[in-house]
This record gives sequence, structure tokens and C-alpha cells, in this order.
Amino acid sequence: MASIAIEAGADRSTRALITPEGVDLRVRLADVSERGIALAIDMAIIVGSLLLLTILAGSVLATMQLESLPIAQIIWMLGFFLLRNFYFTLFECSRRSATPGKRLIGLRVVARDGAALSADAVIARNAMRELELYIPLIFIFSRGEGIEAWIILAGSVWCGIFLLFPLFNRDRLRAGDLIAGTWVLKAPKQKMLPDLTGEKPAEAAFAFTTVQLDTYGVKELQVLESVLRVSEPNAMEAVAGQIRGKIGWTARASESDKEFLSAYYAALRRRLEQRLLFGVRKKDKHDKI
Amino acid sequence: MDATLRSLRFRREREEAWRELETLLDRAERQAVSRLTDDELLAIPALYRAALSSLSVARATSLDQALVDYLEALCARAYFFVYGSRTSFRERMQRFFALDWPVAVKSIWRETIVSALITFAAALAAYVLVSGDPDWFSAFIPPDMAGGRDPSASTEYLRRTLYDSDSADGLGVFATFLFTHNAQIAIFAFALGFAFCLPSSLLLAYNGCTLGAMFAVFASRNLGFEFAGWIIIHGVTELFAVILAGAAGLRIGWSIGFPGDFSRLAAAEKSGREGAVVMIGVVIMLFVAGLLEGFARQLIVSDVIRYAIGAATAVIWGTYFYRGDRRGLDRD
Repeated sequence: MASIAIEAGADRSTRALITPEGVDLRVRLADVSERGIALAIDMAIIVGSLLLLTILAGSVLATMQLESLPIAQIIWMLGFFLLRNFYFTLFECSRRSATPGKRLIGLRVVARDGAALSADAVIARNAMRELELYIPLIFIFSRGEGIEAWIILAGSVWCGIFLLFPLFNRDRLRAGDLIAGTWVLKAPKQKMLPDLTGEKPAEAAFAFTTVQLDTYGVKELQVLESVLRVSEPNAMEAVAGQIRGKIGWTARASESDKEFLSAYYAALRRRLEQRLLFGVRKKDKHDKI
Repeated sequence: MDATLRSLRFRREREEAWRELETLLDRAERQAVSRLTDDELLAIPALYRAALSSLSVARATSLDQALVDYLEALCARAYFFVYGSRTSFRERMQRFFALDWPVAVKSIWRETIVSALITFAAALAAYVLVSGDPDWFSAFIPPDMAGGRDPSASTEYLRRTLYDSDSADGLGVFATFLFTHNAQIAIFAFALGFAFCLPSSLLLAYNGCTLGAMFAVFASRNLGFEFAGWIIIHGVTELFAVILAGAAGLRIGWSIGFPGDFSRLAAAEKSGREGAVVMIGVVIMLFVAGLLEGFARQLIVSDVIRYAIGAATAVIWGTYFYRGDRRGLDRD
């Protein structure tokens, strides 16, 4: 079975995560784009709640008039400080190990060695945010007023290094991940989809020969599976035409593309799974097993 | 031959257990774990192991990609739940104060000494320069930060800045401002260590320069003793905190440059996690310093009491961090 593991591991974003029970969970790294969107959502939440805090402080000020000024100011300063530094940390310390933004996108922070994610690691990875995110932000918003050109240049290089850090290593670590020994993985909530062979038409009409079934391998079966799950008429028509041509199947007037594809999928899967039980895994159509 | 596929029968037999695990995880993640009954909590690891074995079987025998994906996602979720952190927040806090924090601070003692030396050397240099030629002052401290406390100010004015509190109402704001401002600088000093120590050292040196230049101004009017009292009441805590933050930063930079027996990455990870513990402590220290600076300093005008409080904080922090062995407390 070792060959199967290598096959699946060939995907560039898949990493091995071996549980203590000895099963490889084959986790997937989050894309840089996904992390960017998650961050944008989180920043929107931070800015939104800061605005809300300001309005709240303002209304407190308005209703109580005298002496409430320092209280409002304190709320604002502390609120800003806490959000800036602890928003990410607190959420990532929770059971889901993800901020609201990451939850929405379906990501989570995980220790690279697969052990429990410690609070220390979360704090370290988020303290680095100061360097990676807030300094570039401050730098951009200050727009270099009254600063010499070479400082602006040096600053841009500095910001660029940290902002683009995740693009230049294969595990897509940002500097904070590097320091904390963490990475960000995809952790989608997957729904259990129905098995496509469960809803099959009368098989008698579709009797495929062994030769016809040995035309394709596992890879094609999985492509066919995704085509059937999406169920887009044009795609189904194209795929059905291709398969019919390849296996020499003449379509009857009564059969629809979907019926044909479902039947062929069920038959092909049965054939391939049977051979799998005997230790033969036909990878794709070029595999001459 | 049986009409249904073997892999489909396999799925139908186990489906129910997977769904049960899924529902339990949904609830456990959404609400507090304490809302689950004991039976449910005990069921999760068992169901998790069953799902893992299903995953292995499915990978070997089923060609239904959607099923394998589903099981992979489910097992990963359950794995993080089962092997995730077990300690409660309260236990974590107790451990932090009793063990993790002091141990982490003690472990970076070399960097702490370096960091302190940089600060005091810079302070001394600034003091000597400004004493020799007051024009240097503006090089270290920008005018808006000095608030009129520059070499051209009158002795009377300087004395007043040491003892007059503006108004008691503003103290809360002042303390909050000092805390957030200083904490931000400390976090900054830590994060900067990543770039091979240099920016951290510069920040520490700058901090020292400010102190030295200010001291020179007051010392030139024979207010040195009073100024030291004004600084020391909170400065012991605050300077110590900034020095520790810089030290944690230096440790990271150093371990990336000279990783020793580890790989560079592993060394950066190790020092990053240790540094993070120090940093939580630093924020707490700065909170204390903010209180001392914002309230105690403004309300206490006696030099002797100011010195006494400063000395007391030095003794407290010193014994807390560096007192003998903690072998009695087990480290797991």
C-alpha cells in the first residue's frame, strides 16, 4: 500500500500528519489567498468593533456629560490595545484554534509537529504580527511625509520581505509561523455526500464488457465522480461523448448522458474495487495492468 | 453476486457512527466541553478511533473520493479535539505564574545582561554627551516628547515637572496611555529580534539614550537625586520589562544566527516559544509599571518613599525570577 501513500502525497500542498494510531491524515496547507481573505475578514471585525467602541464611548460621554471623559478615553485606548494584541491570540487559543475569519474560510492553526497547539506558540506567532502587519500598515498610512527617500526605500524592502514571506517557502509559513513552529491548515467541515452508485438505473440495459471497463483507471474514475457530482449538462455531454467514443458504445435513443455516465461509473468502480482487493491498482488509463 | 458494491455496504454499516462523531464534535466545538455528558465525552475518543480505522479501510478498498475526503476531514477534526490541549485556563494561569514565567526569564539571563548593558551604556553615553554639550539633547529627544524639559528650561520649571501632578482626574487616562504605549514598544522590541538582533539592540539603545539625556538635564541643575526618584518608582519595573523584551528578541535573533545543535528552524521555534512566555510576563510588568507611574508617582511626592518603592519592586522582581531552584515543582 506504500505506493498509494506516495501517490496521494504527490500533491504539493499535502503534508503527512501521522496520528499516534499510525494513520496518516494527509492534511492540506491553506492557500495564501485563503489566508489573505481570512485576515481581511478579521481586520474588518477589528476595525468594526473599534468603531462600535468609539460610538459606545461617545454615547456614554453624551449621556453622563461631566467626568465621563477619562472613562471613554480609557475604554478606547485599552480597547484598541487589547484588540490589536489579543484578538488573534485569544481566538487561536480556543478549541477551534482559529479566528472568526479563519473559521469562515475553514482554516485552523496547527503545531507543525502535530502535537497540541500550546498557548505559547499562539502568542509567539501573533506577537510577530506587529512586525509583519502593523508596521507595514503604519508605514503605508504615514505616506512618507517628511521622511528621506532612502528610508522610504529601506522601509518598503522591509515591509516587502515580511508581507511576501509566505510566498517564498514551500510550507507557506509567515515569519510568525516560523518562530512559533506552527502552520495553517485547511480544516473544512465536509458534508457526507451520497454514494453515486446508490442511485443506479437498471443495470441490465448497461452491460459493459471487461475490455470496456479496463479502458480507464482510478484517476479517470475520480474525474467522472466529480463531473457527476457537479451534474452540469454541457460537461456531462462532452464527457459522455468521449467515453462512448473510447469504449465503442453506441448510445440508444432512450439513454440520457447522465444515465450512461452513472451506469458506467458504477460498473467501472465495481471493476476497479474488485481488482483493488487483489492488490491491483490501475492508476489511470495509461497503466497497463 | 451481491448487487450492491462492497464499498457501499461498508459505508452503510459504519455511516451512523461517523454521523454521531460529527454531531458530538459540532456540539463540543460550539459550546463549552462541560455541556457534554460524561458518556458523550468518553464516546468521542472511541468513535474517533473507529473513524480512523474506517479511513484506513476506505483508502485501501473504496474508490469513492468524496467518502475518503469526508473521513479525512472528520478524522482530522476529531484528532485535534482528542489530542488538543487539555488544561483549563485557570490551571494554565497557575502554572504560568508558579513556573513558566520565572523559568523562562531565568533561562535568558545572558541576553538579559547584554540587553541591560546596551541600555545602560547608551544611557551613560547620552549623559556624557549632553553634559558636555547641551546641544546634543535635541538629537536624543524630539521636542514634543521633551515637553519643555530641555536644557533651556528653568530650574523651577524642571522641579515642578517632578512633583506636580496635573490633576487627579487625568491619572487614569495617563496610566492607561503609559501602559498601552510601553507595552507596544516592548512587543515591538521582541518582534524586532527576528531580524538578527540588530533592530532590538537599536531600540534598547535608543531607550537608554532618552533616559541618559534626560538625566543629564536634571543633573545639571542639581536635581539628579530627585529625578532618579521620579524615575525609579516605576522605572525599575518598566526598564526591567523593556530589557527583558529586548533580551527575548536577542535570543531569537541569536538562535537564528547561531543555532548550535539544532537546525535554524528548530532553534528559531524553540526560542520563539520561550520568548513568548517572557513577553506575556512583560506585558503584565508594564501594566504594574503603568499603575506605579500613573498613580503612585503622581500621588507620592516624597523622594524617600519613591526610592523605597523602587527598591522594593527591585527586590520583589529579583527574588521572583532568580531565586533558587524550583525542583519541587514538577515540569511535565
